[in-house]
Amino acid sequence: MIELGFFYLFSGLAVVSALGVVLSRNTVHSVISLIFCFFNAAALFFLLDAEFIGIILILVYVGAVMVLFMFVVMMLEVNFAGLREGMLQYLPVGGLVALVLFIEIVAAAGSGVFSPTGIPDPGHAAQHVNNTVEIGKLLYTKYLLGFEIAAIVLLVALVGAVVLTLRVRKDAKYQNISKQVNVNPDDRMRKVKM
Amino acid sequence: MVTLSSYLAVAACLFAIGIIGLFLNRKNVIIILMCIELILLAVNINLAAFSYFLQNLDGQIFIFFVLTVAASEVAVGLAILVAFYRNRRSINVDDINTLQG
Amino acid sequence: MLNTTELLAIPALPLIASLIVGLFGWALKEKLSHSITTGSVIISALLSVHIFIQVLGGASFYGNFWTWMLSDTFVVPVGMMIDQLTAIMMITVTIVSACVHIYTIGYMHGDPGYSRFFAYISGFTFSMLVLVMGNNFFTLFFGWEAVGLVSYLLIGFWFKRESANFAALKAFIVNRIGDFGFMVGILAIWYYFGTFDYREVFDQVPALVAQGETLHFLSWEMSAITFICLALFVGAMGKSGQVPLHVWLPDSMEGPTPISALIHAATMVTAGVFMVARCSPMFEYSETALAAVIIVGAVTAWMCATIGLVQNDIKRVIAYSTCSQLGYMFVACGVSAYSVGIFHLMTHAYFKALLFLAAGSVIHAVLAEQDIRKMGQLKKYMPITYITMLIAALALSGVPPFAGFWSKDLIIEAVAVRELGWIGDFAYFAVLSGVFMTAFYTFRMFFLTFHNSDRVPAKVKPHLHESPKVITIPLVLLAIGALFSGAWGVLGLDIANPNAAQNFFCSSMFVLPEHNPLILIAEEGHHAWYHFLFSAPFWLSLSGIGLAYAMYLRETDMPAKLAAAVKPVYTFLLNKWYWDELYAKTLMRPAQILGRWLWQQGDLAMIDKGMIHGGVVGSVLAGMQRMRAAQTGYVYHYAFAMIIGVFAALTYLVLKG
Repeated sequence: MIELGFFYLFSGLAVVSALGVVLSRNTVHSVISLIFCFFNAAALFFLLDAEFIGIILILVYVGAVMVLFMFVVMMLEVNFAGLREGMLQYLPVGGLVALVLFIEIVAAAGSGVFSPTGIPDPGHAAQHVNNTVEIGKLLYTKYLLGFEIAAIVLLVALVGAVVLTLRVRKDAKYQNISKQVNVNPDDRMRKVKM
Repeated sequence: MVTLSSYLAVAACLFAIGIIGLFLNRKNVIIILMCIELILLAVNINLAAFSYFLQNLDGQIFIFFVLTVAASEVAVGLAILVAFYRNRRSINVDDINTLQG
Repeated sequence: MLNTTELLAIPALPLIASLIVGLFGWALKEKLSHSITTGSVIISALLSVHIFIQVLGGASFYGNFWTWMLSDTFVVPVGMMIDQLTAIMMITVTIVSACVHIYTIGYMHGDPGYSRFFAYISGFTFSMLVLVMGNNFFTLFFGWEAVGLVSYLLIGFWFKRESANFAALKAFIVNRIGDFGFMVGILAIWYYFGTFDYREVFDQVPALVAQGETLHFLSWEMSAITFICLALFVGAMGKSGQVPLHVWLPDSMEGPTPISALIHAATMVTAGVFMVARCSPMFEYSETALAAVIIVGAVTAWMCATIGLVQNDIKRVIAYSTCSQLGYMFVACGVSAYSVGIFHLMTHAYFKALLFLAAGSVIHAVLAEQDIRKMGQLKKYMPITYITMLIAALALSGVPPFAGFWSKDLIIEAVAVRELGWIGDFAYFAVLSGVFMTAFYTFRMFFLTFHNSDRVPAKVKPHLHESPKVITIPLVLLAIGALFSGAWGVLGLDIANPNAAQNFFCSSMFVLPEHNPLILIAEEGHHAWYHFLFSAPFWLSLSGIGLAYAMYLRETDMPAKLAAAVKPVYTFLLNKWYWDELYAKTLMRPAQILGRWLWQQGDLAMIDKGMIHGGVVGSVLAGMQRMRAAQTGYVYHYAFAMIIGVFAALTYLVLKG
């Protein structure tokens, strides 16, 4: 009973904060709403016995990604209010598409094997079961290759982000290391006829 | 008890809101990126729900991968945004159309 | 059994040399280029002589080396068939080729295409050897086409000259007509016999004839064997310059003279005769085909001789003589005296190559002048050329004991003894009058070049000199052939002997006993040494020479008077019976008009304007204009497209249930 209550609480807050992301006039408010939405989603993960993922969501998403968002929003001096103009103009179309999608998904989700009787609630795992250990066992055995590829994807994204935003300043002085290494004695000394 | 379809309905809500956001905020790239995050979150909730109800941890592994890719995407997307802003002094999507055929 | 390595080396050496010099000639010095090619061809010639000696001792070879193509039952092997016919062709080809190689060292000296030329003639030697040594119709066809290709390349060797390019194209196109017939013949052989192999085909011929298989061709019913033979003979007509496909051969003189000697006199043009002789087991069973061979050969022999009477270009006179002599060979084959035809082929190769090379030597001396009206009195400047050319001229005229006498006399006798009705009479008349005309035009050319009055232009005078040794040595070598090959053939190889066991060619060519003219000749016992004194050809050739002597050494104003007296005939002959004009009017003009029409209407108007600019490209461009509007470049449009795609897919899945 308590679980059901928590579910409604967190899911309701998640949906409301998601609406806030979309509808808020100020982009900073949108970011904060999204952070709140992630917190609620993490709580939903906890309800689903996915403690590790929930923690990751908070640590990585809220701690890193959302801060990055916030950082970018703050850094760019953009008239965000201007960007909201004409927003309601698309509401009918967007709302219609989203509504139909929502209905279809719910209709699909509530029928067949997905119906309340289709898959019974298996009950929560026992106290001693450690979700992180179980995921680790899977990740380092069955999904080792995927895990490593994920690492490479992150590395590439890291390098890509650096390359994209790197700016060489003209007034700064840099060493040209290859030139230093390849230097010849002849280049350094020049005989001059007096 | 909470049923599977409840979780799926929440995920569907988040997904639909994300889609609406894409339609409504067609000028602000940052909001568009956040809407994509919402959509991915909806997917993750679905995966977690199935993982719990089917007693199969593979779903959580996939959430892990989705998070990885989403984080990369945000990093690169924001980097592009910053680079674009530097050149154009704008993040208005209407200005980003030089790929036009 | 012959050594296979030796056999393979004979064609392989010139091929390798040709490839080396052809591919790397730009990097090789002149000396290296000619050493490689000439050396390899000389070794080939020596090996061929060795093979010939073994064949003389009764050896032979028949076998396949590799499979060239394999497709279900369609098998084309690469193999060789070495018998007496092949052996004599091999020595003829390689010896003449070796002489021409040596001669070329002097003749082409300093030409920018020096190594290219050597690559071509070595490649030609290879192709010709494949042609004669192969043991199936496919290798024959390969060699046939390869020699045609090299011939084309060599006629157009001086490709900067428009006339050379024109002549090369003419040779190629006319040969294509012949080759088409040849191909039809080969395919018919495949159709009826299911194999290309000589022996297997020839073994099945009597059975096919016995079956009486017939087919309709252009509403004309003929037996299968006749069809095959006629089709093959069309190929021979093209390759060997027989009427009406002879027009390319005189024009081929645009090529360098060594080529005229090697390809357009001694070897390639005789491929047709060789092929007919090789296919004697098929031709023997088709009276119609044999009659066609006789008629075409006789018409060519006679007509080209008449044209030769009045030509003024030294090489053209010899070229028409070549056509005419090829006609003789075909007549010999037509009356079933295949061995005599091949014998004449061999003697002709020596004396005609000699004649050409000597003419080349003369042309070399008078600075590339080919008009005999601008020569004369060259005897004192070029003694060796003079003597060798005299030998060749006597051989060609058929004066004993030179080579041409023996072979030509046998041909004429063979025609005389066969009773073939009007065809036989016509052929006999053609070859007999041909002898007279041959002697006349040969000596007309000879006297005008070396005797008569001195008409050499003043500025050429200081250059007159005997050619260097590399040129005269091949002349002397070939002169030996022109002197003795005839006597050697009749007395040494006993070619006239009808008894297969004693005749050199024995079983390599098949002759039905009732056709064999050699038996009839032997019955008439024409083999006393003084016999020639009573034969018409001898006296006709002497009188031809005498007439030339009278007209060009004694009464030197007579030729002009005679030409004026029979002006229409003279013009008619001078214009080569108007064959070129006939073809230009009846075939070339319509083809050009049709081509121009297709170009203007079909290509430019319909395809370029209508289809490309209007139809295909136009609609693609218009479609593209519309398509690119879809690519707006706005990110959210792409996002919408994706969402709508997801939406559509989901709707489909939900509705499907």
